Amino acid sequence: MSDFEIKKSYDEINRKIKDGRAVVVTADEMPKIVSDEGVKNAFKKVDVVTTGTFGIMCSSGAFINFGHTRPKMKASRVWLNDVEAYAGIAAVDCYIGATQVRENDPLNMVHPGKFTYGGGHVIEDLISGREVKLYATSYGTDCYPLKEFDKTITMKDLRDAFLYNPRNSYQNYNCAVNMSQKTIYTYMGILRPEMGNATYSSAGMLSPLLNDPYYWTIGVGTKIFLGGAVGAVSWQGTQHSPDSTRGDNGIPREGSGTIAVTGNLKEMSHEYIRGASIAGYGCSLMVGLGIPVPIINEEMAYFTGQSDRDIFCQVIDYGSDYPNGEPRRLGEVSYAELKSGKFELMGRTVQTAPLSSYPMAKKIAAAIKDWIVNGFTIGEPQIQFPTVPLKK
Amino acid sequence: MKSKNILLIFNKNIMYKPIIFRLAKDFDVIFNVLEAKIFPKLEGRIILELRGSDDDIEKSIIYLKNEGVTIEVLADRIYRDDDRCVHCGACTSVCRVDALFIDRSTMEVNFYPEKCVACGLCKVACPVNAMSGASIDIES
Repeated sequence: MSDFEIKKSYDEINRKIKDGRAVVVTADEMPKIVSDEGVKNAFKKVDVVTTGTFGIMCSSGAFINFGHTRPKMKASRVWLNDVEAYAGIAAVDCYIGATQVRENDPLNMVHPGKFTYGGGHVIEDLISGREVKLYATSYGTDCYPLKEFDKTITMKDLRDAFLYNPRNSYQNYNCAVNMSQKTIYTYMGILRPEMGNATYSSAGMLSPLLNDPYYWTIGVGTKIFLGGAVGAVSWQGTQHSPDSTRGDNGIPREGSGTIAVTGNLKEMSHEYIRGASIAGYGCSLMVGLGIPVPIINEEMAYFTGQSDRDIFCQVIDYGSDYPNGEPRRLGEVSYAELKSGKFELMGRTVQTAPLSSYPMAKKIAAAIKDWIVNGFTIGEPQIQFPTVPLKK
Repeated sequence: MKSKNILLIFNKNIMYKPIIFRLAKDFDVIFNVLEAKIFPKLEGRIILELRGSDDDIEKSIIYLKNEGVTIEVLADRIYRDDDRCVHCGACTSVCRVDALFIDRSTMEVNFYPEKCVACGLCKVACPVNAMSGASIDIES
């Protein structure tokens, strides 16, 4: 499955970084370099391309260890600000999931529900240093007798806290429209009836996995930017599917690869991690994530040199097809068209709106570039992801 | 010719009194009803766009206040918390008057409060609760 050659080694790139000689550019700068100077020269010239993305990523959460109590307790249920964390692991460990909604939230009883506060907001509050109410219950054991624990805590009081997101940074995603007769409230935002608008959620040419379409340089152990801190890729993400439809340029034209990522919550910044409320849908977390992509061969220069004009996604009806599991696609659209604010679909002009922040994605790519200029080296994948052969 | 969007709140004592027709008749102001609602406790709310000279708009607002109507000038009442906004763009899919609008060169979301008609949809669409202020709906 690894049918690629490394023509510029990680050692060579990292030596250049340490010597301050590495050429680092952001992924939105690379298309011009490749079109002006050609793939061969771009490969020789550029050592690292930095990427970024900032959007709602529901498959996120944090492992928390709140330290042993006196007397000791085997917490079997845990709440943080009335949001339940999964406590079916060791005594004072729990996992606060981004989409868990606060107790007694009216949900969608009056549609669309507001989902004001949930797990994602707890994570943001902790990162911001705000006070959080911890409440835990237990059935009591001989070694862990305490049955109830109540304390106001901040991040400082937690023994350990790390983000662990099982699926982030989707390599491409759908463009959503609504062909039904009524307004719908989805995880792709508010969609007006009869294709009244279209939403999309990808940073396009800045998006990490779109710059390494075959996962040659992004694998288990890759060092990344996560929420403002250094994190790592811990595994391929859930639903990772390398065999999705690809264009002639090798880049997937639909949702395909994903990554599971982790990083120290205590080092993160609330600028890059935000609790999210999605009307009519639920709570979630906005995650800022970026990956430095080493240009190890000419193909990588070519991939990173692809612009928004060369990257396409599928237009899907969220009014009926998506909820019913119908695989129909209404059409294809490039990120250049989506970013222009409108595109043609089935003979009509449809207004577009992004859901992931391009300005934040740019900021993240620039931040990683800064890190590298200051000596941050590139991590070599320790285990490669499942992939497919290079399209020739 | 200037344009100003205002929220009018009518309490139950004046709810059925003909008031706004005089804006055109006596103050030479063109009014355009952007939104109107009557709430269960007999409170009426109207969002009006007033078009006319600065002076005429000013006089109209004084007249409405004297009739017992509570007035809120929307441009002064809708806020974006710039520390919370992440420029994702979700609000731009629901804003019908382009008060929230993406600058295509930077992809940042610009906010023009004077264009806002306080429909409140941006508050529903914003995932990070960055928008606040007056709207036709009574706050819960």
